[in-house]
Amino acid sequence: MPGLVHVTTTINGNQTDFLCEPRQSLLECLRDVVGMTGSKEGCNDGNCGACTVNLDGRIVTSCLVLGVEAQGSEVNTIEGVASAEGLHPIQQSFLENAALQCGICTPGFIVAAKALLEAEPDADEARIRHWLAGNLCRCTGYDKIVRAVIDAGERMRA
Amino acid sequence: MRAIDYVAPTSLSEAVSVLSANGDRARPLAGGTDIIVQLRGGRRELDVLVDAKSIPELNQIELTDSGLRLGAAVPCYEIYQNQAVAAAYPGLIDAAGLIGSIQIQGRASIGGNLCNAAPSGDSIPPIITLSGEAHINGPNGWRAVAAEDFCTGPGRSVLEPGEILVGIQIPAPAANSGTAYLRFIPRNEMDIAVAGVSSSVVLDASGQTVQSARIALASVGPTPILATAAGDSLAGKGVSDDAIAEAGRLASEAATPITDMRGTIRQRHHLVDVLTRRTLNIAIRRARGEE
Amino acid sequence: MTTANQVLSEVEFEVVGTRPVRPDGVDKVTGRAQYGADLDLTGMLQARVLRSPHAHARIKSIDTSRAEALDGVRAVVTAADLPLAALSREDLGNDYNRFKFLSDNFLASDKALYRGHAVAAVAADNAHIAEAALSLISVDYEVLEPVIDVRAAMQDGAPLLHDDLIHTSAMGEVSDQPSNVASYMKFEKGDTAAGFANSDVIVEREFSTASVHQGYIEPHNATAHWRADGQINVWCSTQGAFVVRANTADVLRVDVSNVRVTPMEIGGGFGGKVTFYLEPVAALLSRKAGAPVKLLMTRTEVFEGSGPAPGSWMRVKMGANSAGKITAAEIELAFEAGAYPGSPVMQGATCAFACYELENGTIEGYDVVVNKPKTAAYRAPGSPQAAFGVEQVVDEVCQKLGVDPVEFRLNNAVTEGSRKVEGPVFQKIGLVECLEAARNHEHYRTPLAGPNRGRGIAAGFWMNRGFHSSVNMTVNPDGTVNLIEGSVDIGGSRASIAQQAAETLGISYEEIKPQVVDTDSIGFTMVTGGSRTTFATGWAAILAAEDVKGQMVERAASIWDVPAEEVEYEDGIIRHKSEELSFTFKDLARQLYTTGGGITGTASLDPTGEGNSFGVHLVDVEVDPETGKTEILRYTAIQDAGKAVHPSYVEGQIQGGAVQGIGWALNEEYYFSDNGQMMNSSFLDYRMPTSLDLPMIDTVIVEVANPGHPYGVRGVGEVPIVPPLAAVANAVGHATDQRLTSLPITPGSILEATL
Repeated sequence: MPGLVHVTTTINGNQTDFLCEPRQSLLECLRDVVGMTGSKEGCNDGNCGACTVNLDGRIVTSCLVLGVEAQGSEVNTIEGVASAEGLHPIQQSFLENAALQCGICTPGFIVAAKALLEAEPDADEARIRHWLAGNLCRCTGYDKIVRAVIDAGERMRA
Repeated sequence: MRAIDYVAPTSLSEAVSVLSANGDRARPLAGGTDIIVQLRGGRRELDVLVDAKSIPELNQIELTDSGLRLGAAVPCYEIYQNQAVAAAYPGLIDAAGLIGSIQIQGRASIGGNLCNAAPSGDSIPPIITLSGEAHINGPNGWRAVAAEDFCTGPGRSVLEPGEILVGIQIPAPAANSGTAYLRFIPRNEMDIAVAGVSSSVVLDASGQTVQSARIALASVGPTPILATAAGDSLAGKGVSDDAIAEAGRLASEAATPITDMRGTIRQRHHLVDVLTRRTLNIAIRRARGEE
Repeated sequence: MTTANQVLSEVEFEVVGTRPVRPDGVDKVTGRAQYGADLDLTGMLQARVLRSPHAHARIKSIDTSRAEALDGVRAVVTAADLPLAALSREDLGNDYNRFKFLSDNFLASDKALYRGHAVAAVAADNAHIAEAALSLISVDYEVLEPVIDVRAAMQDGAPLLHDDLIHTSAMGEVSDQPSNVASYMKFEKGDTAAGFANSDVIVEREFSTASVHQGYIEPHNATAHWRADGQINVWCSTQGAFVVRANTADVLRVDVSNVRVTPMEIGGGFGGKVTFYLEPVAALLSRKAGAPVKLLMTRTEVFEGSGPAPGSWMRVKMGANSAGKITAAEIELAFEAGAYPGSPVMQGATCAFACYELENGTIEGYDVVVNKPKTAAYRAPGSPQAAFGVEQVVDEVCQKLGVDPVEFRLNNAVTEGSRKVEGPVFQKIGLVECLEAARNHEHYRTPLAGPNRGRGIAAGFWMNRGFHSSVNMTVNPDGTVNLIEGSVDIGGSRASIAQQAAETLGISYEEIKPQVVDTDSIGFTMVTGGSRTTFATGWAAILAAEDVKGQMVERAASIWDVPAEEVEYEDGIIRHKSEELSFTFKDLARQLYTTGGGITGTASLDPTGEGNSFGVHLVDVEVDPETGKTEILRYTAIQDAGKAVHPSYVEGQIQGGAVQGIGWALNEEYYFSDNGQMMNSSFLDYRMPTSLDLPMIDTVIVEVANPGHPYGVRGVGEVPIVPPLAAVANAVGHATDQRLTSLPITPGSILEATL
């Protein structure tokens, strides 16, 4: 049986080392090995987006990345979105726009929306709906999520 | 998932030697968006995953006068974000931009799509209509296989144990040519194609006559299908609704679909006809520089 | 696009009706909220469940020895480990069937009744080892013919799921012959035959709907620790911790006081987490292994092993006269219960004609077992299916009469005093106000332009629920109040309950600190479901706040040495009638510990008067005639909320329910092979709507105060899923000139109907 692999990454700006089996996904490593449970497992096959993290500048479903593939990479998760100064404008906007109900999809939506708005803060409704099509929400019907992302874009441009 | 080993070779020769040593118990890993799901679901068993993302040849996009050399592990987003490639091969971009979600496109590669050899692989029909060629390296050296010959059955390809798809070579687009890909899915994203069609046309300088055409189909047979008779029916004909309709009818005839949870035989034959007409019209407009 | 939300209110409130940020919000947007799968306990093992690959099979034997021998495996359990195995019919008497059905759905004993039915479970050092061990368990099955369609299951000679447990014939009599028809019901009012004889138009059609899943994004999960002293601690994702406690104790044959259930944050439920699947299994594994055990479902297990909403068959007949009045209506409903009895056919039956003043009506319902997972509640259980049939027939009656569908519904709408077919008389309700809001809405007044487009309208009903709730409120020395409740918060109910407490106490929302706690820490509280929580737990909070107010008044009287009757409490000020003596809430709170001790108010109630809920939905669609694909162009949902405590969260409930209904209408279904295998048990092929499939969902909250609640509140969560199925079907019908009577209305089915 293959042994444990030593992986060195940067997670939310901090160098992080962990040991994992090659079969363990990045999601599993984040949750069960590193102890960061903000990224959620909804389907484990890349179809719900609840485990979305930012890997070297691109959003990915961390259930479809092996932990060993993160060697030398920069990983940014929901835990790194807020700062010591407070919530990120997207987080604040989600709260004020009632863009979450049960909250299980929320980390994935925020990580995905952040990547979009950092590149395109003036993204319109159609662009936002397209960008977020890989994130399933079953509670909200997306209306308030889309509005929150539009609102967050305005806050980020201000 | 069963325990598995992982190696990340930094050269092609190293990768081929690991693959050769493990036969059908090893496979390359590019974006992982298919193979990890298959391993986790027990639909595939391997001893070793060979990460292709540190092998230089598999990660390059080269656009030259002779065409496009697309490394097999290049993720979709790098392809559609490359403006020169996007301008030259809009039909390829049609597919690269609709495989999975934005998250999936951050990982999934066209090479992986081809090697996964799913009948529904969205990028395969446009690679076929663009006359793409798979460049394969293995213990016996290099070989090239036409894209339409690459898939041999659902999940099966011409790759022998020890071989690796290094890249896809697509010729430079001919003058007055255009390509398009459309698929039909019940939602607007995230689905597997019920049917997919790519059409590619070369028009004469006037833009009124088809010199040649290629039409390829997804999700309507055990492999992607090059609908030769449908494409050939257009050669030498003036652009007309009748000619396009005839091509749609012939493409539909070339389909050999099954009924499953995603669609019925009748629906799929019908959709091939519809999508063939629609993609031909887009390809013609693109050939004329109208879009 | 803009929202057209119009909030009408007759009563002025300070806190109720505002839109504050929820108390659990920061944790949920930063990834810190603790859901069940996030729990980690010292020495915790991971477990997986082995499930039947067959839809119907007799279990002849199970050999777990090879799994037990695998390195890292700590415990293996089967139904033989459940107390049922050691109990006889004589031991259980009349409870035998109920207990066997309950126990067998956790771990199958003699028969596997659906693909995905749990047959064994393994706890190991990690989930990968547990999974590997599953493949080492040998189950000897005698594969039987399955029956997966409700009407096939009702036929004579159909494969029987329960050899001798169910004895109802398709005509409703108890018979000597066992059958799959678990129960039959019939309600009648007036003279239905005479009503049809007096009609000018009659429409009669049959309808069917597929099994659909609630689709919560968080899979079921449970962690259990069976301590050496016999105490069982459970942490899980549930809509009702007390239900988990009661049924876990029941199935494990222990006292409820030996089970403590801590509800973790819950990642969606929609009724599907009223039922539970894992907790007793995790507890048994924990007892065997002597360590805490975490048991998670995969997404495929959620589809195959947890309860969907039932597939159904219906026949609806309606007659109306040329004056546009319904003269008679009848409906037959046959609902799939899944493997064990208990579909929501009764709710379907009582909701079916609830929107219409019916002088003559007949309702018949059948609860039928089939080889599918035991169905579970899904938002207004039973009502969407019934509305799918009834609202399409109403639409067709309108077409035949050439009348406007909103006017027709107004002409026949139930109002206060109307009596339903099965008996109950409506109190004050808001259906007419919803229909009027629809008629006056800009959406309805804007003509639909363009080819291949259609507009659909449908109404819907849910009775709402009361049931038991408890709240404790403790005053802190800084003037804030801890609010302890047992209602799991799925969509912002901490906020809506805290708002009602703040309103009652006359202090600010921010000064109420709500917490959802475990079953040892609060009085009995029923599930978060049935649109009861903001109504009933909110009411408990009002009563607990009244209790606090009374004690604060007494304390002030004692400090001032005056009779309590001379002290009054208003807007957060405690004042002697002389008006010379007064405390703010904060002032008095600061002195409590030194003037006789802290104050805790408490309330436990089981209210009636829940007030019924109605909704009216409008939808515009465009159907691609070449592909059969339906695009939702515009959607407006109108609903009576009684009083919207937190309007944003009410809108969210309406929008979410509407979109689940759109998914149910267009794409979602359990797709079965002939031998009962679900073929699409992933989010790839079980196609729930994505953000790209929808427009904004406009909402209109109509507020017809519920006289049965202190603040006029009606539950709001259920009814928004009732109208969309029929509204979409009516819209597609108008766009294509074809009545689609079978759900889902997929592109393929539209093509079949139109090509």
